[in-house]
Order: sequence, then structure tokens, then C-alpha cells
Amino acid sequence: MEAYDLVVIGAGPAGLAAAVAAYEAGVKKILLIERDREPGGILEQCIHNGFGLFYFGEDLTGPEYAARFIQRVQERGIAIKLNTMVLEVTPDKWIIAVNKADGLLKIKAKAVVLAMGCRERTRGAIFIPGTRPAGVITAGTAQRFVNMEGYLPGKEVVILGSGDIGLIMARRLTLEGAKVKMVLELLPYSSGLTRNIVQCLQDFGIPLLFNHTVVAIHGRQRITGVTIAEVDPATKKPKPGTERLVSCDTLLLSVGLIPENELSRQAGIALDPVTKGPVVDDGMATSVEGIFAGGNVVHVHDLVDNVTREGEIAGRSAARYILNPKPAPSLKINTKAGAGVTYVVPQLIHPQQMAEELVLSFRVNQVFKDQKLVVALATGQGHKILGTKKRMIMVPGEMQEFKVKKEDLWAALGQEDSSSPLELTVSVPEEGEDHDV
Amino acid sequence: MYRELICIGCPMGCPLTVTVEEGKVTAVSGNICRKGKEYAEAECLNPTRTLTTTVKIKNAMYPLLSVRTSKPIPKDQIEACLQYLCGITVEAPVTIGQVIVEDVLQTGADIIATKSMARQR
Repeated sequence: MEAYDLVVIGAGPAGLAAAVAAYEAGVKKILLIERDREPGGILEQCIHNGFGLFYFGEDLTGPEYAARFIQRVQERGIAIKLNTMVLEVTPDKWIIAVNKADGLLKIKAKAVVLAMGCRERTRGAIFIPGTRPAGVITAGTAQRFVNMEGYLPGKEVVILGSGDIGLIMARRLTLEGAKVKMVLELLPYSSGLTRNIVQCLQDFGIPLLFNHTVVAIHGRQRITGVTIAEVDPATKKPKPGTERLVSCDTLLLSVGLIPENELSRQAGIALDPVTKGPVVDDGMATSVEGIFAGGNVVHVHDLVDNVTREGEIAGRSAARYILNPKPAPSLKINTKAGAGVTYVVPQLIHPQQMAEELVLSFRVNQVFKDQKLVVALATGQGHKILGTKKRMIMVPGEMQEFKVKKEDLWAALGQEDSSSPLELTVSVPEEGEDHDV
Repeated sequence: MYRELICIGCPMGCPLTVTVEEGKVTAVSGNICRKGKEYAEAECLNPTRTLTTTVKIKNAMYPLLSVRTSKPIPKDQIEACLQYLCGITVEAPVTIGQVIVEDVLQTGADIIATKSMARQR
């Protein structure tokens, strides 16, 4: 048996940041557990630039961004076990893991940070009919093949999904000599950054077809082509008569990411059905005392800079818990996604222990131009507006933030009787709607 | 001459119409902020990109080393750079930031490693 103060599961950007932040907060006996051969997580395969613009004020590639945190971990002598798979985390913070060198490991921790990241949705998740040939792979898998392992997955490629990974891979495969025939997007807009649409598709003349999807996959051994069709934007159903055959030897899927929470579920941690990640409070504490979470395991981010920030919060909170273990205070505010909003993280705020400033992260459910964002607190006495902000543009593909100051929240709370339920709602009310009720 | 562009400054993605006369941008319309004008001028007169790709590496954990140009290079030089880098093989160990190719194809940019790779036994 081994014992640590803090065990961090996953050495990607969230886990690395959590470990460093916990160390800086005074906890020295830390173990990072990583299933891959090296730390860094998915950043190692993201060889393109665009990382760190907010955190470092610099334009870095994925491996460069990761290297900065790997160095911080190494400088502090934080222990790391590579090639190690965590099999189970128990509610009383035992970690069962396995690797070739140690065999089965049983590790006791005073606190745990979950930083397992997310995984890609596959063909099975979106139910594409047809045969089951080789050559149908997720965009992230292709990215690892091309950028790390040295394999080109195909020469004639169709990409389904216009999220950033799909767009980045369209450019990457083109640069490596493959012909990317088209990118199909089920929705009438892309969830990817405009910069990527311009620099990854338009630079190379790759067509982006909105309101289109793949309705059949063809081929026995290897994929030989796909049938694509236009969809009705209202129902998302293929329009009869619009089907056409497109030949290809590879279909890349970039159809969304899901937080990876098998371990969280096993540990009995409450999950949010919308984010598919743990329900967390303002300190990234999960519903199980002493277990914290940060990064893509909580909700899927667009920018690694925000993953780092969340990992740091989780690490600091874990350190605070290790040095002074006590349950969260009873006074709590639930956050709620109102009109036009898909989800809000954190789902819970503990005003008595919150930091001076709290960042609410949320996504809108449609494209909003020149619309007002409203954050309001509902108490036993009614609604109080905490803040409104007019935003030039909000799109579902770009995570939105709203900063809440502790003093403003307490001012809105007033002499609140803590027995009445408190709710902080983020919404984009329709024009003219009275939200001051 | 008119050119139609989409601004990449923010998710707004303003559709820009740029007037280019005698090698100069004389008018930009469609933008709602300063970024649009700056982008239009750079994109019409001297479009550049940071190239990120890989080169072959021997005796390392993986067969590829990730690299980038030390600064953005002219867009029309990217293809030639890729062709050139096809012929490059380095040997581990390599340190992050190490220059792999100096002044690649006289662009003024170096090709640098974006990752440290240790020598494997």
C-alpha cells in the first residue's frame, strides 16, 4: 500500500495544473497518475498553434503549452506514474491502479483530483447505417496517427462534423498530402472558430456543407464511399431526394466530445446530465467529500487556458481540504441555466468559502447577436439582478464567462434566511422580456 | 480590385469587402471594429501563416518530432517548406526550441522543435 496526501488522476493540462497549484498551496506529497507513456495528455498530439493566448499571452503549440507545466511538475519533484491505468476510485479515497512495473496498486489519498479529460463520440454514438469497414475513425485518433505515430489514415477523406478538431484535421491531412473532399455539418452553423474555418478550410478550398450529414457508409474491407444528404434544419432528418454518393477511403468523425466519468460514477459522484461531468461547486469540489475535478472531465472546453484555470482551482481546493479537512458549509446557491443557456458550471456556490471572484462558465443554445445576458439571484424575497451585460455575439461553440464578485453576491443575499432555496440563473432573455421581476 | 474575406478576429466573423488599388488597400467595409481593417490589410497585402508540422526523428519514443516556424511565413511558401521538410530526419535527443532548420528556404524563419524528445535505448 502507498499513501499520498493528494492523488491526481490524469496528467493532461488539468491534472498538471492541479498538482502544481496544490503544491504551491502547501501540499507536498502528491502523486500524478497517467495512462499514457508521457505526461501532457491530448496537447501532445495538438501540434498546431493557438494555445496559451490567455494564460501566457503567447501563441504556443500544444506540446509547447504542455511542456511549461511538465517542467513545473518536474521542478517541484512531484511524483508521476506513467503507463498506469486507474481502475477504481472509492468514496473513501482509495485508488486501485495497475501498471506493468508495479502490478496492482492500492493507493490511499487524503484528497483526489479527477482530471481524466474527455473522449470522442464515435460512429456508434450517432448511429450511421451501412457496413462496418475499416477507415471510419474519429478525428482525434487520426490526429494521433498523423502527428505522433507517423501514419496517414487515408488519401481521400470526408469529414463529418465541423468542430475545431475536424477543421484542424482537414488542414493537417491536406498538408500531409491527402485530399480532403468536404466537411459536412449537420447544423446550420459551425461550432468551430472562425479562424479555423478560414485557415483550415478556405485556405485550401475545402467545401463546408451546412445542414448535411452522412446517411450511409459503403465498403466491405475498407470504406469505399459515403452517401451524404441534406437535412431539414428543423427536424435534422435527411431530405428525400438529396442523397448523393461521395467516394472516399476514410471517413473522419468530429462529432463531439464526452467527459470521461466511469471512475466518477463508480465513486458515487453526482453527475450533471447536461455536461455529463461531475456536479461541482465554486471550488471544483464534487458531491463526494475530498474528491475534486477540473477540466474536460467536468465539461468540454474550447480553450486549454480555461482547463488550466479549473485545474488550478481544483488543486488549491484539494490542498485546503487536506490541510483542514471539513465538509462544505451548509449555505449554498444552486446555479441554473435559464432561457437561451444550455448549462452553467459550477452548479453550486458556497458563498461562505468562495474566492473573491468566481467565474461562471456557460454555453448558449443558439447564435445570439447583440443580446443582453442577465445573471439574477432568486431568494425567498424575489429576484435580484447581479449583473447584465450586452454581448455583441454569443455562439454555442464558444464558452461564455461571467464574473461574480463575492461582495456583490453577499449584497444580493442580504439577510437571507438560509433555509429558503437560493438560485442563481444565467439567461439570455428575449428582447423586451421583463426580467426584473 | 475587390476581395471578399471573413474576418477572423472574433466569432462575429464580419464579411469584409476590401478594395485593393495599385498594391494598396484603399477601403475596407463590412467590419464593425478596428481588427477587421487590420486583418483585411494584412491578408490582402502580405498573407502569412505559422507552419506547424512534423519531421522524422530517429531513436526517440515516437517516429515524429513536432516542429513549427519561428515566425509566420508567407502563405505561398508553405507548400515548398513542407516539401523541403519531407527530406529532413533528426536524431534524438532534441530539446524544445532547438533549431532544426535555419532560415528555411530564405523565409527568415527557422524551423524549431516544439517538443523535447529523449534518446531511447
